[in-house]
Amino acid sequence: MSTVPVEYFLIVAAVLFVVGAVGFLLRRNLLVLLMSIELMLNSVNLTLVAYNRLHAANHAGQNLAFFVIAVAAAEAAVGLAIVLAFFRVRKTIHSDEANLLKN
Amino acid sequence: MDNVQSLKYLVPELALIGGILLIIAWDLVAKGKAKLTGIVGLAAVSLAISGGVGLAALLSKSEPVALFYGLLAADRFSNLFRVVFAFVTGVVVLFSIPSDETAKESAELDAEDAPKDSALTKFRRDPGEFFALLLVLTLGMNLMASSRNLLMIYLSLEIVSVISFVMAGLKFQDKKSSEAALKYVVYGGVASGIMLYGMSWIFGITQSLYLGECAERIVALTTAQGKVPAVVFVGTVCMLAGFGYKISAAPFHMWTPDVYEGAPTPVTAFLSVGPKAAGFAVMIRFFWDALGAADMPIVKGTPVETPWPIIAGCLAMATMTVGNLSALGQDNVKRMLAYSSIAHAGYMLLGFSVFSEAGVASIVFYVVTYCFMNLGAFLIVAGVAEQNGGDETINSFKGLGRRAPVVAAVMTVFLISLTGLPPMAGFVGKFYLFSALVNAGGTWNWAVAVVGVVNSVISLFYYSRVMRAMYLEKSEKTEPTQVRKLFNAASILLAVPTLVLGVYWGPVYDFVLRSLSMAR
Repeated sequence: MSTVPVEYFLIVAAVLFVVGAVGFLLRRNLLVLLMSIELMLNSVNLTLVAYNRLHAANHAGQNLAFFVIAVAAAEAAVGLAIVLAFFRVRKTIHSDEANLLKN
Repeated sequence: MDNVQSLKYLVPELALIGGILLIIAWDLVAKGKAKLTGIVGLAAVSLAISGGVGLAALLSKSEPVALFYGLLAADRFSNLFRVVFAFVTGVVVLFSIPSDETAKESAELDAEDAPKDSALTKFRRDPGEFFALLLVLTLGMNLMASSRNLLMIYLSLEIVSVISFVMAGLKFQDKKSSEAALKYVVYGGVASGIMLYGMSWIFGITQSLYLGECAERIVALTTAQGKVPAVVFVGTVCMLAGFGYKISAAPFHMWTPDVYEGAPTPVTAFLSVGPKAAGFAVMIRFFWDALGAADMPIVKGTPVETPWPIIAGCLAMATMTVGNLSALGQDNVKRMLAYSSIAHAGYMLLGFSVFSEAGVASIVFYVVTYCFMNLGAFLIVAGVAEQNGGDETINSFKGLGRRAPVVAAVMTVFLISLTGLPPMAGFVGKFYLFSALVNAGGTWNWAVAVVGVVNSVISLFYYSRVMRAMYLEKSEKTEPTQVRKLFNAASILLAVPTLVLGVYWGPVYDFVLRSLSMAR
């Protein structure tokens, strides 16, 4: 049975990462920004797991991927709480309107 | 070393964890005035144990050991940073004890008919969560300074980041504070994502997360190819995004002024020194340990050319210049100090351009002096603003030389030191940084050093604006003013080393130089 080469996974991961990064730069909705960040983290997971297949004896890559998932959840919790707090005082989730602190 | 044996080298961190749990428990049980006293006491005790054990290990001739099968290192380098972090957090604890008025105010806020959007809320109602979070941050920074594995680096960096996000938003109903937290969390998420992507590529090419094993593999590949492999280069640049975010180096500095302005001042003071020092610690270890930047493999008689000096030099020049030029036009002193802290990250990055023993020692020495002077300057801004109804602009400093001579004199010490003029500690720190560059020689190092000196001159303009306001400008108010005694004591505690290190730095510098032995 033939398997998919590792390079394919790496390319998909790179594309995901770029989609996340471009989304972060172009979108202005705070929730979409957080989603873009999650996309970037998922591309990292894919890269780690794909590379782990090259040297399967040591599961360091998969371990790190699990930790990334867990920490990303914690970060999303704090991020969403902060977006909520921001929405309560400012009544907007548009990142362009976060402009009280400027020169 | 296995997990159980490792625990006895982990006493500082265990003390902090104990302190955090006890503070949370005490916060639930205690009532009234005993609550605050107990919390501050617990924080002080756990910090004293943490710093004290670190100092004792630093003074004894202990060998570096690898803890938890090599995830962490207990060596002189990590102990030095443990002491620095315990000291910094101790000062911030002193400095964030709410005044009686604030305590009364928060008691009023507890009442049901209180106005819901009082901007005066210093912290959220309970001091417990503030002090517990502060200790969690210290724990994370300690772990950062001793991590020797990419997984540990990521985890400790995230402990510090996530808690910092929360701390920046502690003024719960304040518009600026919530905006600061928002900007922090959004930029922080992206920076850690980019850093992780770099890590995944470094893992891919080195097949290991342990810095030591990474180094072996990178050296082997570099020797075989005669240059640093492209994947390592890309991975390192991506990881620099994460580190650069923590130390607020350009171009990852955008969050700094906004977060520093919006966050409560004690938090700002802490963020501007603690996580920044930890970021430098972890970056030094990464360069030293994983990239082996200090001794490159020799191919055909000449050491391999590495891109690191160029990258570090460019980052340093960009960071200094952006920080100093933006600071020029600021009227808000807190925001000005935020830009100045970016510029100082740039000076410290200079040391990475020459990654010799002298270069690293000068970075660490500068980090130590920077902690004293920057913390002190923020403390005084907070104290003065508190007396002026929260006004942090330069107006509240007018005529301070006459109205509060001690405060003005101490502030002058910090400002002169930040500028880098003798006879203050900042001068000695900069002197070592520049001399490391000049001693290493080469056109590139000279060019970087010249940019650094020009930047120091620029910085004199905005620091002297505050001094001019304090001594030469008249304010409408002439009656003497006084900051809280606690602030006075803490700022003098910081001003003394700033002065002493400026005239008698030899032993401290030697101490730092001897503390550089890292587990490898």
